[in-house]
Amino acid sequence: MIDVIGYARRGMRALVAPIDFPLLLITLAIMAVGLATVHSATFDGNQRMGNQAINMGVALVIMWLVARLQPQKLMSLAVPLYLLGLVLLIAVFLFGIKVNGAKRWLNIGITRIQPSEIMKIAMPLMLAWYFHKYEATLRARHFIVAAILLVVPFLLIAKQPDLGTALLVGGAGFYVIFFAGLPWKIIIGLGAAGAAAAPFLWTMLHDYQRKRILTLIDPTTDPLGSGYHIIQSTIAIGSGGPFGKGYLNGTQTHLEFIPEKHTDFIFAVYSEEWGLAGNLLLVFLYTLLIGRGLMIASAAPTLFTRLLAGAVTLGFFTYAFINMGMVSGILPVVGVPLPFMSYGGTALVTLFLGIGLLMSIHSHRMLVKK
Amino acid sequence: MGDFHNPEADLDRFRFRLGFASVAVLLAFGVLVTRFAWLQVIQHDFYRTRAEDNRIALIPVVPNRGVVTDRNGIVLARNYSAFTLEITPSQAGRLEDTIDALAEIVDIQPKDRKRFKRLMDEAKNFESVPIRNRLTDEEVAKFAAHRYRFPGVEVKARLFRQYPLGKVGSHAIGYIGRITERDQKWIEEAELTPNYKGTDHIGKTGLEQHYEFELHGQTGYDEVEIDSGGRALRSLKSIPPISGNNLELTLDIKLQEITEQAFGDRKGALVAIEPSTGGILALVSTPTYDPNMFVDGISPENWKELNEHPDKPMINRTINGAYPPGSTFKPFMALAALETGKRTPQQAISDPGYYNFGNHTFRDDKKGGHGSVDMYKSIVHSCDTYYYMLANDLGIDAIAKFMGSLGLGQKTGVDLGKDDSGESKGVLPSPEWKKQRFKKPEQQKWYSGETISIGIGQGYNAYTPIQLAQATATLANNGVMFRPHLVRNIVDTKSGEKRPVEPKPIRDLGLKPKNLEVIHRAMIGVNKEGTGARAFAGVPYTVGGKTGTAQVFSLKGADYKHSAVKKELRDHALFIAYAPVENPKIAVAVLVENGGFGAQSAAPIARMVLDYYLLGKLPAGAAREDAAAVEDDNEE
Repeated sequence: MIDVIGYARRGMRALVAPIDFPLLLITLAIMAVGLATVHSATFDGNQRMGNQAINMGVALVIMWLVARLQPQKLMSLAVPLYLLGLVLLIAVFLFGIKVNGAKRWLNIGITRIQPSEIMKIAMPLMLAWYFHKYEATLRARHFIVAAILLVVPFLLIAKQPDLGTALLVGGAGFYVIFFAGLPWKIIIGLGAAGAAAAPFLWTMLHDYQRKRILTLIDPTTDPLGSGYHIIQSTIAIGSGGPFGKGYLNGTQTHLEFIPEKHTDFIFAVYSEEWGLAGNLLLVFLYTLLIGRGLMIASAAPTLFTRLLAGAVTLGFFTYAFINMGMVSGILPVVGVPLPFMSYGGTALVTLFLGIGLLMSIHSHRMLVKK
Repeated sequence: MGDFHNPEADLDRFRFRLGFASVAVLLAFGVLVTRFAWLQVIQHDFYRTRAEDNRIALIPVVPNRGVVTDRNGIVLARNYSAFTLEITPSQAGRLEDTIDALAEIVDIQPKDRKRFKRLMDEAKNFESVPIRNRLTDEEVAKFAAHRYRFPGVEVKARLFRQYPLGKVGSHAIGYIGRITERDQKWIEEAELTPNYKGTDHIGKTGLEQHYEFELHGQTGYDEVEIDSGGRALRSLKSIPPISGNNLELTLDIKLQEITEQAFGDRKGALVAIEPSTGGILALVSTPTYDPNMFVDGISPENWKELNEHPDKPMINRTINGAYPPGSTFKPFMALAALETGKRTPQQAISDPGYYNFGNHTFRDDKKGGHGSVDMYKSIVHSCDTYYYMLANDLGIDAIAKFMGSLGLGQKTGVDLGKDDSGESKGVLPSPEWKKQRFKKPEQQKWYSGETISIGIGQGYNAYTPIQLAQATATLANNGVMFRPHLVRNIVDTKSGEKRPVEPKPIRDLGLKPKNLEVIHRAMIGVNKEGTGARAFAGVPYTVGGKTGTAQVFSLKGADYKHSAVKKELRDHALFIAYAPVENPKIAVAVLVENGGFGAQSAAPIARMVLDYYLLGKLPAGAAREDAAAVEDDNEE
């Protein structure tokens, strides 16, 4: 007789083996909140909840596939993925398609792709691989090379212009360099140099980027133009009060005052309906997510896995902080989605690639030691 | 770094940096939570209000303007519903393109576009703005077929003001027009700004202006929930408007119409007053104009024509034209003489046909004079010499005092226009008036020679027809004076309650009945055997009257030859009358500009008015000029 139960049990074990349940539960919790909010934001118009559920299913499968990969396999992917991303970014720079004044897309015949998205994962992979490779002989010049590897794609993306993605990619790369041991003197020095160079950088920004920053300082200067988004989302959050207006009852949301309400500004929808209490819950969930990610990084066996886990985890933080900061009016408006909440398949896939990487690192930590 | 590589130290450093990152993350999230608390707890009330303001819009609902009817209930000003083509800018996409496409379906003139642009600037983006008024049925149908092409464009029914009788009575009724900046100030001063939200028309002249705040009504509101695009989603609350009050006039529009016809194409004015109430029965200023032209904004061509017309139809001559009263002044002079005791009725003078004062000779119209003239004869035959002497005996101060008590030279306060700024005062001559009128000291002095011609209603004398009518009505009513007024009752549309406008007389002059009797008798004599006899031949009621001729052009010494003088230099003809004398129902003052003698053109009009009002007799067209009539007849 065939041991059906035994097979099933073994199959089940194989299926769940790479999965880190705390991480999965936290992301599922955030996604549940996100799905409900997407419903609220779109049920009286173009319903998006079903699509988003499918996106989530696809993203979870990708997460599982990545989680099964050995970290060695990930390392071998680092250089090709980075080079592919870089080549595509250069192609965008040369032959990209302009949409809404920004050159972000590349037409590859069947469909259009956004190569900067690849860099969100390829950048930390590449730098982690690089530092791992020279772990034993790490010198100052390696940091310089790492900085070049970081800055070139960053500038290409910022030039498109896509400041939001550039910040996410740049952030992920910087976290790797930071965890790799960039001396504090240099970090502080860079900060000081950045502050000193601010006026120069200001002149480098595009008009619309400058306008966003000015609008942040005083949104009322352009209430119907670029200030409109910030004003309306701030009103949504503020009018939500301590406990919110109740699910599906947000007036700012349902009377269409909130722009991009199911994508970049979904936090305003959530915050209007659930209030401060809801915000605290969401921030708590993100804190748990980051906490779990940093635990995984701390327990990671090799320099590559440590750096990768740390950078990916702080990447989630970058997403969440920039998004909630801009929607509540303390950061300029840049195109950064709220992780696991905002509608959109591409962003979800990228995020779950990251979760998959963390799970891969965590589930294979013992194998490496042996 | 360096050559020495220590994995343990590296791991420690890494873990320290993880800890550092954790603290940084917590700090950053702390900043966010602080921001949330600031917005959602401390500033919550502010943002809650902002959100409410965002979603709620008050859409004013304009009330129906009050209706104006004459004393018999005939409608003079009303509202009618017509279709307009309106665009809601927030929903219509590119306005220029929309309007261009609409112009292919319905007629849209450049002036329509101009008006639309002006209205757009005033309107909120959730309010619809008319691009075309008064669509024809055909245009409505045509647009309906193409409706799908025009989001945010719709056909709406709006109320428009209409004056069904057109030119008849336009100077009394007035008209409404678009609210201008000056009107806006008026509304602000009256503290009625909220009540005029949504209203775009306002009374511009006449009764429409005087009773603006009665006619307008109370604006209602629809409280609606709107989305960010300005689309109204649902009504939250609705406060219906309250229609404006109706006006019930003392005016008899039929009498008005007949009077206007009686003038034919002559310029002039007539005011008919009911002596026992002061209610105006007819208020005619010719030529008239059609007030309907103004409602929608008058076209530049029409406006130019009205303004540049030599006969000046826009001027309301009854309250704005000041004319010397001529001999119509004499009965009042005679009354003043009796009241002050300067003359008795029997006291007679000998009239040689002139009067010498200082080194100046004042002529009587009749060469050789009237012979022996008492008070009766002085009025009936309009003897100038009698009044030259009387004026000298009374003196200018006594004349001014008595005439002032009759309301001459003062605004009557008739209910036309905004307060009384539209009415002229005229000139009641007196030394004080002259001091104020002129600047140079030699001009300011009153010469006693100037008093002489005042006595026959010439000189500085200048009164509006309404003042003359008021004085005549007061005389007819034996000295009990009313403010002339056009509105009898203000009628509350909701309750039907009527509010009378002028129930009480303003004063009783306390004239002695025996003196009044003398004047009444003499004025009846005018129409029986004197200057008015031809016009009032065969009259079946008792009627008092007096002719008058006001000099426009002074011919020094020479005879005034009617036919030899250019039309615009001809004298103004005047006539005052009241009937029946024992119980007066109507008093009139008639003025025909350049009409020549009073008996010639003004008296026949008065006869028509009285015949219609007292006997119901309909005239057959305009009053004829009586070429044979003369100011100073010799029939006796």
